[in-house]
Amino acid sequence: MENSLAYVRTEDAPLLAPPANMVGWRGWVMSNLFSNWKNTLLTVVAGYFLYIVLTNILSWAVFRAVWTGDNRDACAIEDAGACWPFVKAKFLQWIYGFYPIEQRWRANICFLLLAGGLIPMLMPSMPHKMWNALFLLVAFPLIALILLTGGNFSLTISSFIGVGALLAAIAAFLPLAIYGMEEGIHKAKLGIILVGLGVFVWFASFGINFGGLGSATSALLLFAGGAFGLVQLTSSGNPAARANLKLWAIVAGGLIAAMLIMKIDFGLEYVETSQWGGLLVTLVVAITGIVASLPLGILLALGRQSKMPIVKYFCVTFIEVWRGVPLITVLFMASVMLPLFLPPGTNFDKLTRALIATAIFSSAYMAEVIRGGLQAIPRGQFEAAQALGLPYWNMMNLIVLPQALKIVIPGIVNSFISLFKDTTLVAVIGLYDLLNIISAGSADALWASSQTPATGYFTAALMFWVFCFSMSRYSQYVEHRLNTGHKR
Amino acid sequence: MSAVDNTQEPTVSFWNDPKTRSLALQALMIVVLLLVGYYLFSNAAINLAKLNKTFGYEFWPRKAGFDLSQTPIEYTSDSSYGRAIIVGFLNTLMIAVLGIMLATLIGFSVGIMRLSKNWLIAKIAMVYIETVRNIPLLLQLIVWYKVVLGPLPDNKQALNFGNVFYLSKKGLNLPSPIFGAGAWMAIVGLIIGIVGALVIRRWAISRQMTTGQMFPHLSLGILIVVLSPFAGLLVAGWPMTFDYPVAGTFGFRGGATVLPEFLAMLIGISVYTGSFIAEIVRSGIQAVSHGQTEAANALGIRAGLTTRLVIIPQALRIIIPPLASQFLNLTKNSSLGIVIGYPELVYAGGTVLNQTGKAIEIVLIWMIVYLSLSLLTSAFMNWFNSRVKLVER
Repeated sequence: MENSLAYVRTEDAPLLAPPANMVGWRGWVMSNLFSNWKNTLLTVVAGYFLYIVLTNILSWAVFRAVWTGDNRDACAIEDAGACWPFVKAKFLQWIYGFYPIEQRWRANICFLLLAGGLIPMLMPSMPHKMWNALFLLVAFPLIALILLTGGNFSLTISSFIGVGALLAAIAAFLPLAIYGMEEGIHKAKLGIILVGLGVFVWFASFGINFGGLGSATSALLLFAGGAFGLVQLTSSGNPAARANLKLWAIVAGGLIAAMLIMKIDFGLEYVETSQWGGLLVTLVVAITGIVASLPLGILLALGRQSKMPIVKYFCVTFIEVWRGVPLITVLFMASVMLPLFLPPGTNFDKLTRALIATAIFSSAYMAEVIRGGLQAIPRGQFEAAQALGLPYWNMMNLIVLPQALKIVIPGIVNSFISLFKDTTLVAVIGLYDLLNIISAGSADALWASSQTPATGYFTAALMFWVFCFSMSRYSQYVEHRLNTGHKR
Repeated sequence: MSAVDNTQEPTVSFWNDPKTRSLALQALMIVVLLLVGYYLFSNAAINLAKLNKTFGYEFWPRKAGFDLSQTPIEYTSDSSYGRAIIVGFLNTLMIAVLGIMLATLIGFSVGIMRLSKNWLIAKIAMVYIETVRNIPLLLQLIVWYKVVLGPLPDNKQALNFGNVFYLSKKGLNLPSPIFGAGAWMAIVGLIIGIVGALVIRRWAISRQMTTGQMFPHLSLGILIVVLSPFAGLLVAGWPMTFDYPVAGTFGFRGGATVLPEFLAMLIGISVYTGSFIAEIVRSGIQAVSHGQTEAANALGIRAGLTTRLVIIPQALRIIIPPLASQFLNLTKNSSLGIVIGYPELVYAGGTVLNQTGKAIEIVLIWMIVYLSLSLLTSAFMNWFNSRVKLVER
């Protein structure tokens, strides 16, 4: 039986190498570009298309381009490509607008501070994220405001009193947050009554025009109410009372200090916002929009989730109205309609109006982004916080928001990208942002040639693209980092 | 802290009752909102009185005195302000509807190209998406208008496409159809075609249910619906002629003209929105688990049918909600027409605003129109979404 087979192989035959057109670059090309006749046809057509597009762009931007010159004569030649000397001559204006040349160092410092605050913020490995965020969201805007405008704001005594009265009114309600409703009401009764009276007098003085007397009375009442609340807190040895008191003192001190700093004369020359322009304005509008929209968006998102119908429907209406209309109409509204609804005599410059419009507009979008994060937090987190007896704001601040905000970082970056692109619309109310100043520069008689606009818009597109593309890559990176495997 | 004081009575006191609290808070909110509203409106009243203005739409029937370049309904500078705004609204609708159609077409094609097995095609689609998405729409519109369409030759040297289409810096001239008597037969033909396609579909499905034999009812149905109006016309003795544009000394006579502003708007807005739709389509298709394809393969379903019957229906469910919001964005972005001079709602309203100074009234019209367009689109998309939604147990 065992000899019936003539030949039995005792070992495996050696493996043959795969065919040469299946491995290496040839294999890759065969399987990705020429796997069958349809694919080959597609590759040839696409390759031809690509060849046409690339050679045209290269020829325009490099081979036929004009590289040197001082005015339009260099570029207004037959069959010229891009007019690069135009970009060179105008570039600084595209960055700073009409900001006085000898004052540009102020804008430079702002750019540096922004980069210095933003880069460590974006790197997950850098420590002290809280201080970093505080710098970016609080200190940096204040510094930039003073540096760019020149500071020395004419804040009146009454504006200090107004802010102080507001802080006092908050202080009057502090005992409620610490002792709970029942005991808090009992302790803070007098303070709350005083504050209520103060608010009433304030509003009454508007209708009947008490003038300074009404405001003064109301401020006095508010201060008395706040003092009463503070006395209640300092006299108790309750640690929660002390913690809340500290927070209030930091906020109050910070606000008053910020107002004082804004009032100080640093000897900086005043630069009107109408002189700002270019990338500076684009960044100011986009960053103000996003900084203002974060707190507003959080409040709106929480309000939308509220069980109280009036709070909920107010937030829903607010969000849906602003999301339902184009930014252009919001800008027009801020530009032509807003002044009508403010007390006679109040007047904002164009930039402030654009900032108000973008802040409102982007807060509605931000609210929806944050709502997405809130909805992604498992119900159990809320229930666990409630089971521990945490009041609403503590539950939100300590448990829910830290988790929710972390998951929506990519969403926040994405809404920043669209806000950044949308800043180009401020041109319709007459601001010279990056795009508008490049448009205006292309029409400059000194440089006008058939290729000047194309060169200008090409540069603008490149600048916007670099900003937006890098941000979108960053958002993808964060998304990838956050996606730690328990995605629902 | 009394909040966790467990020696307290279990009965909830008046102040600690969440109901009382929320009522008090909401009452406070109403009071504050009313006060703020009163404050704003009293300011507006004072300001308007100071400027000698009143609130009202009495300007609506007054003579506008300005021209609009594109008028879907009859409009001259003698027409009223109201009619100017209506013309603007119709122009907005026109760009929105055509833009949505073109953007969807571009988006689906590029989204599928992005998933192509051909490396070059996939990369070209990717470069298109990443370039167009990251450049502001306004910049793209201006480039289409000023850099692409602007340098086109004048009327006399218009680019001639077979004596039928002419492209110049004044726009695109194309033949316009003229319908004679009996043209209504086209509509009759279309209705018969649709009914016929539906009947064939029913028959094909019932035959497949009983015998398992398949019939290409979808492609045949589309063919029938497309051809039926022409069949109707043929039956009526072809009562349709075309009015061809003829080059004259001062521009073209006859035919229809598509304004360069409209062309720039349509191309720009569709290319831009198309890049977003492409990403939505790609992620929607990729989100359908690969197991579905494998299961279909295991059942022996052909590749084309797998895509049509297994992948697409599931991907559509993921694609539709973000697609709806892209359609909304496109509609809202049509307001950028004001920058390149396309006479849409914001352009017409803005001109009226400049002439009459009726800021509040015009802004209100804008808000109401865009809000209702948004609500209508989302209502329609919700209805559509509920039709394709997975019916859960």
